[in-house]
Amino acid sequence: MHTESHAHTHGHSVGERLYIHRHSFVHELPGHIKLVAFFVFIIIAVLTPIQQWQSFVGYFLIISVALALSKLPMLTLAKRATIEFPFIIFALLMPFTAGGEMFDIGPVSLSREGSIAGLNLITKATLGVFCSMILAGSTTTHSLLAGFVRIKTPSLFVQIAAFMIRYLNVINDQMARMKVARESRGFQAQGIRSWPIFTSTLGALFIRSYERGERVHLAMLARGYAGTLSSLSVENVRPKHWRAGLTFPFLAALSFLLGRVLFS
Amino acid sequence: MHIPDGFINIPTATASAALAATGLGYSVRAAREKLDERAAPLVGLVAVFIFAGQMINFPVAAGTSGHLLGGALAAVLVGPHAASLALTVVLAIQALLFADGGLTALGLNVFNMSVVGVWGGYGAFVLMRKIFRYTRTSVLIGSAVGAFISVPLAATFFSIQYAIGGQGTFAASTVFAAMFTTHLLIGIGEAIITTLTVGAILKTRPDLVFGMLKVRK
Repeated sequence: MHTESHAHTHGHSVGERLYIHRHSFVHELPGHIKLVAFFVFIIIAVLTPIQQWQSFVGYFLIISVALALSKLPMLTLAKRATIEFPFIIFALLMPFTAGGEMFDIGPVSLSREGSIAGLNLITKATLGVFCSMILAGSTTTHSLLAGFVRIKTPSLFVQIAAFMIRYLNVINDQMARMKVARESRGFQAQGIRSWPIFTSTLGALFIRSYERGERVHLAMLARGYAGTLSSLSVENVRPKHWRAGLTFPFLAALSFLLGRVLFS
Repeated sequence: MHIPDGFINIPTATASAALAATGLGYSVRAAREKLDERAAPLVGLVAVFIFAGQMINFPVAAGTSGHLLGGALAAVLVGPHAASLALTVVLAIQALLFADGGLTALGLNVFNMSVVGVWGGYGAFVLMRKIFRYTRTSVLIGSAVGAFISVPLAATFFSIQYAIGGQGTFAASTVFAAMFTTHLLIGIGEAIITTLTVGAILKTRPDLVFGMLKVRK
């Protein structure tokens, strides 16, 4: 997707689309600890009522610390965060459309209830987006898949995810080649009339994906596959990893309680 | 565009996750029975197909474009069980790594799209195939109707979740009206893309299409 300029990657860049290689403590944490920390953190944040705003100051501080520790490039992350835009627009509409008690900021009159609801959506969705970007940027796909195994995700799902991630780049490259082929034949996308060209691409993509699935399966059988993936070697976990990883949700819980005390 | 964190409350999300897990459990058992150890590589490649297919932008008009959602298409091509599992993994990876949809909203998104969307679309497909007597044309009609229905159906279930646990100030009826009408239009696009794609595959490899299994040759 993006091409980052790395000084070195230790071979991690092979097959990785979102991972950005850095030497940081966040990168070092095993996948399952990051998954657990992410999940507990975001559950706490979503459960916090937005009126308890002091807690959210804490959550954003915690996320900023995690972001700084991860040494991930801010600009790249900012570009990835644009996925949130449609919901920001949705949230920004709420103060203008909701009724009830109104208050004025300069010449505009806003609904109190709408402003609170809009702020609630923006704040929580943004926290979620940050968590996801830190996870994606700092975790290799291998570490993520091993993490899924560790948190006892049903093995069929882990295997499906493994194949999906493994072949995503292959299929994407295939799609890019088909795009070059279309354009070199003089194709220009213009309105609905061009759809049959795209759908024949989709059809070819399906046939190639399916046939690749069959070939992969046969190759796996030839190597003795019997329904489980043994290649997902378990990562080294030290107590300090758990301590460090769980610090984030722990601080979030602390921030929740502190906000509750200040709020009441 | 999937439901982000903080849009629907946690109790509603948890209930949806439980319903989604029940539906998926059924698909896991069926996929294991029917596909045995072939399940993982084949469903994995179907997931890649959906994920990559969603990146193709179909120009609509005046600079806007849309993309395939793929639930009904996958159900017709590989069967509802495999489609349901593939779409779930796609949604999980999109939420975890691409920030598309919140992690706490994953149960909502999976329920609406991988369970309701896939099975609703497939149900309509099966019905149409029967009404039009198991011909090749019936498969194309079924693909169109199934794909069309799957989109506003998922939007309807989103509206129900919003009515139960929505954290916005828009009235549930307003959200439903807006979601339903826009998704009717999106459904038309989905139906065209799905039908044309199934048609393209039927021309070259009809043997790969799951929906063709019961069709007389």
